[in-house]
Amino acid sequence: MDLFEYQGKRFFSSYGIPTSKGEVVEEVEEAVRVAKEVGFPAVVKAQVQVGGRGKAGGIKLVNSEGEAEVAAQAILGMDIKGHLVKRVWIEHASDIDKEYYVSVTLDRGSKDHLILVSSQGGVEIEEVAASAPEAIKRLHVNPIDGFTEDEARRLVAEAEIDVQARQGVEETLLKLYRAYVDGDADLVEINPLILTTSGKVHALDAKVTLDDNAAFRHPEWEEFRATQELDGRERLAKEKHLNYIGLEGSVGIIANGAGLAMSTLDVVNQVGGSAANFLDLGGGAGADVMAAALEVINTDENVRSVLINVFGGITRCDQVAKGIVDALQRVDIKSPLVVRLDGTNAQEGREILANYRSDKIQVETTMIDAAKRAVELVGEVR
Amino acid sequence: MAIFVDENTKVIVQGLTGSQGRFHGLRNRDYGTKIVGGVTPGKGGSDVDGIPVFDTVEEAVVATGATASFIAVPPKFASEAILEAAAAGVSFIVCITEFIPARDEAMFYNILRRNFPGTRLLGPNCPGIISPGRCNIGITSGDIALAGGPVGIVSRSGTLTYQALYELSEKGVGQTTCVGIGGDPVPGTNFIDCLAAFEADSETKAVLMIGEIGGSEEEKAADFIKSNMTKPVVSYIAGVTAPPGRKMGHAGAIISGSQGSAQAKMSALKEAGVTVAINPTEAGEMMVELVKSL
Ligand SMILES: Nc1ncnc2c1ncn2[C@@H]1O[C@H](COP(=O)(O)OP(=O)(O)OP(=O)(O)O)[C@@H](O)[C@H]1O
Ligand SMILES: [Mg+2]
Repeated sequence: MDLFEYQGKRFFSSYGIPTSKGEVVEEVEEAVRVAKEVGFPAVVKAQVQVGGRGKAGGIKLVNSEGEAEVAAQAILGMDIKGHLVKRVWIEHASDIDKEYYVSVTLDRGSKDHLILVSSQGGVEIEEVAASAPEAIKRLHVNPIDGFTEDEARRLVAEAEIDVQARQGVEETLLKLYRAYVDGDADLVEINPLILTTSGKVHALDAKVTLDDNAAFRHPEWEEFRATQELDGRERLAKEKHLNYIGLEGSVGIIANGAGLAMSTLDVVNQVGGSAANFLDLGGGAGADVMAAALEVINTDENVRSVLINVFGGITRCDQVAKGIVDALQRVDIKSPLVVRLDGTNAQEGREILANYRSDKIQVETTMIDAAKRAVELVGEVR
Repeated sequence: MAIFVDENTKVIVQGLTGSQGRFHGLRNRDYGTKIVGGVTPGKGGSDVDGIPVFDTVEEAVVATGATASFIAVPPKFASEAILEAAAAGVSFIVCITEFIPARDEAMFYNILRRNFPGTRLLGPNCPGIISPGRCNIGITSGDIALAGGPVGIVSRSGTLTYQALYELSEKGVGQTTCVGIGGDPVPGTNFIDCLAAFEADSETKAVLMIGEIGGSEEEKAADFIKSNMTKPVVSYIAGVTAPPGRKMGHAGAIISGSQGSAQAKMSALKEAGVTVAINPTEAGEMMVELVKSL
């Protein structure tokens, strides 16, 4: 689960990392009020779950109520990389001397935690990574040993953090590692971590991704969950416990297993079509999940045909076919269905479908043929 | 020969009294796997369809001589179960549990590596391992596998593994062992472990490797194949058109650069001399052709 900056800052402050006081608002008038309260110059910041807001024009420095109004007006409702801005965070502008970069994340390659520190933080950090990778220092931390003060001291020196900021950055790093481990985060990132002109070290941004699998340890995450940004299709899918991602194409996809679903997207693409979604039914493929999946796909205006791709292992194909028939009695699916069943009892499954509503369902044996048929149907229906 | 398991492997099931453990444990036994015991704290002394249940892995190992464990417990208890098995001397652990926190995975992976180097963990969140006709630990349906080799299969994805097994079996091409390593961030066993074992296994003549987007394990496997494998490898990578994951920070980009995309993985594999298919059916067909020519 990704957090908005304002939530990430709350998360950080609960681990003692210094952040600016501010407030999140949804209305222009409110923005002006908060800007006045935090004091000018203030910063109006778009709250979207994506990096690079500054470069996209979603962050503005304001010096007066008038400017705050103009900025809030411009930013609220803005589209940043496909994310609609519904809220802005307003805080007092800091006097920045230096911008640093710090983060902790899991390194899947080395299977340990990786701490990154750079004295060249700020909005250009990815360019720094590409052009001067040595400017970003790395420390791998074995979870058994943890991250020690000595290591923090050495890392900060190695990264050539300014001498007057070293103690503050060390402390922040240790707290950030605590937040990452105890807080069950997949990523904690501060860019920029600043040194102010008065010599203080302070987090100006917060990028936090929490590990959903650890939710059972964190009842306090409930407040973050309420604001998760999902489109209508995704919200419905989530309620039905389906693994769903909305896309832009016209072939609705239902498959069992994430790998097979991905593979189905690939094949639809290879035969010249485009998928409307990614949908993984998970382990079983009984009538309930199938009905739920069809319901979600039904709400998608772009869908012109639906491709159901199921491989029967433990769930046998005849059970899957019965599930589809049952689901179709409950859900009035708008688009024609192409079903590809293979695996255990595939023949029995196909026969069940062949005898039912041949006007709506077409059965194919291979993934490629099924994908071709589904893509052809997109043309015909239109 | 098969890799990691064979017809003599004695297996206990941690969580045998739970619904998943019971269902799959009994299926595995029906397949012919030597399921010799179960472990559920507090239920020692009872049995599941004649299989004795013990309170601890240690007791089960002492009583049965098991060397392998099949773990089917909820995510909260998985970490403890894995470490208990390792401490009791189990040398091969298959954990099918899904949704384990990444922090726990990183921790037990490193504890196993440091303190129990003789223990191999397969998974978590994996379908398990099947050596057709000999041993099946996990959730793979035994009917879709065909004994006799010559193909070894290693895969990150569950359903694509079944798909691959089925396509080969349908065409009369058998498998030595099929290993599902699982798609979690910190898998206990990786592609290279399996490729090395297949390379060393005299019965295996060719390997089918199924990967997917994310991480850099396929790229590493490509390096390994290039410098260490003499047996031919056919591969399929799922996710060429997968939607890009929503990425929050910059750390991911800083760490992985251009690695991780299906394209990058496919090029690395081609570069290493691997036959790369563009969909799972094609991978099956290519393997069937390859086996004919052996
Ligand atoms: N309170 C503040 N006071 C002064 N400058 C600020 C403040 N907040 C942000 N900035 C400036 O705006 C830049 C971008 O802001 P921020 O890092 O919060 O957003 P971003 O563009 O989404 O970040 P990233 O580039 O890491 O994705 C900062 O590097 C900093 O220079
Ligand atoms: Mg930033």
